[in-house]
Amino acid sequence: MITIVDYGLGNVLAFANLYQRLNIDVSVAREPNELEGASKIILPGVGAFDHAIKRLNESNMRPTLERLVLEVGVPVLGVCVGMQMFARSSDEGALQGLGWIPGRVRALRSLSHFDRPLPHMGWNDVTPALRQPLFGELTNNRFYFLHSYFFECDQAEDIAATCSYGVDFACAVRRASIFGVQFHPEKSHRSGIELLRAFADLQHAPA
Amino acid sequence: MLRPRIIPCLLVRNGGLVKTVRFGESKYVGDPINAVKIFNEKETDELIVVDIDATAKGLEPNIKLIGHLAIECRMPLCYGGGIRTLEQAKRIVGLGVEKVAISSAAIEDPDLIGRIATEVGSQSVVVVLDVKRGRKGTAYELWTHNARRKARPDPFEFAREAERRGAGEIVVNAIDDDGAMNGYNLALAKQMHETIRIPMTMLGGAGSLTDIGALIDACGVVGAAAGSLFVFKGAYRAVLINYPTSNQKDELVEPALRR
Repeated sequence: MITIVDYGLGNVLAFANLYQRLNIDVSVAREPNELEGASKIILPGVGAFDHAIKRLNESNMRPTLERLVLEVGVPVLGVCVGMQMFARSSDEGALQGLGWIPGRVRALRSLSHFDRPLPHMGWNDVTPALRQPLFGELTNNRFYFLHSYFFECDQAEDIAATCSYGVDFACAVRRASIFGVQFHPEKSHRSGIELLRAFADLQHAPA
Repeated sequence: MLRPRIIPCLLVRNGGLVKTVRFGESKYVGDPINAVKIFNEKETDELIVVDIDATAKGLEPNIKLIGHLAIECRMPLCYGGGIRTLEQAKRIVGLGVEKVAISSAAIEDPDLIGRIATEVGSQSVVVVLDVKRGRKGTAYELWTHNARRKARPDPFEFAREAERRGAGEIVVNAIDDDGAMNGYNLALAKQMHETIRIPMTMLGGAGSLTDIGALIDACGVVGAAAGSLFVFKGAYRAVLINYPTSNQKDELVEPALRR
């Protein structure tokens, strides 16, 4: 069962619809007990970092989510701001992040020599690192991006894929069974569907 | 490489899909949800949906329709029409709409741009400028309320102000070219593209894929939006939803990737 965390941000129903169309069991959690049966978790998100953290805290689901992800090892996929929340902090806000993957979220414009229009908006190519299960079966590597901030990993081995927009930045992160993508697979047509299917097909083997 | 975006723009009136000419008479062309399903199959880059009655008649955004569109849409969605408050914008983003478009409300109260950007992030705030050629000497004018009210600011100065206040994209809607299918106003597109540093999308005038190619040639990475081109076919303007194939798109965007 794929469970999508509905804390009031992000396109919960777009994920749910997509999985239903793939005949994969899916549920939506709005309360802590609704997370319990999850074999996989999706943490969506749009908008500003602090707003997202605040909404997640207010949902009362955070303690259960942290237990399932960090102690039980249920695979989780964070999308956009859902992924950025994995960091310990963000240039975009003052609140602390979840701190699940060492790193911080930085503004693209804070990088020296960065001269591209922001936000980074549209379809761009993604280059996966070696042996990244979410990117194994893609017919093309093009995904939809809409952001001005990116996840700067402390450790290079946590980078699951990079994207080039004036600079090369981490557009996907992974540490054991914690996965995150900056782009929007739920809005990326075929490549997005393939990635979401690969996440659903992951063997539940906590590392 | 980041690619230019080719974007159908759907107009909604009374819950139905319509198409206008120069912001005037509208023709019913079908059901919006059905159109979204067809654009899903065609792997469209992005979609803009504008409720043209909402602002003009002072109506609230149609939350039910917007929610339905967001769920069906497998591509990014930008919604505009009737958004006048931060609460409305937050609600619509919460439904899973990637971008909210504001126009007359932003021109009347530019501070609204910043208030929305602070809460939902700049990347989700689109300012739509309805631009018309001036009658007496002035090059371009800004209009609101379906081109029935002239606004004071200069379009280029206002675009810069919107950017400064936190807009993430400017959509230039060329009133004179709406539904004309005679090509984009490339001079206007270039001037706006050089004025701002945020992404720009041009709407109004596209009558063929060649017109889209010309816009990409002129501006590079740009949004090329069109209404009529993607909903009508042939001299009698029969309703037929269409969109370039992936090969056609590769050819169209090629000049931008070479830059």
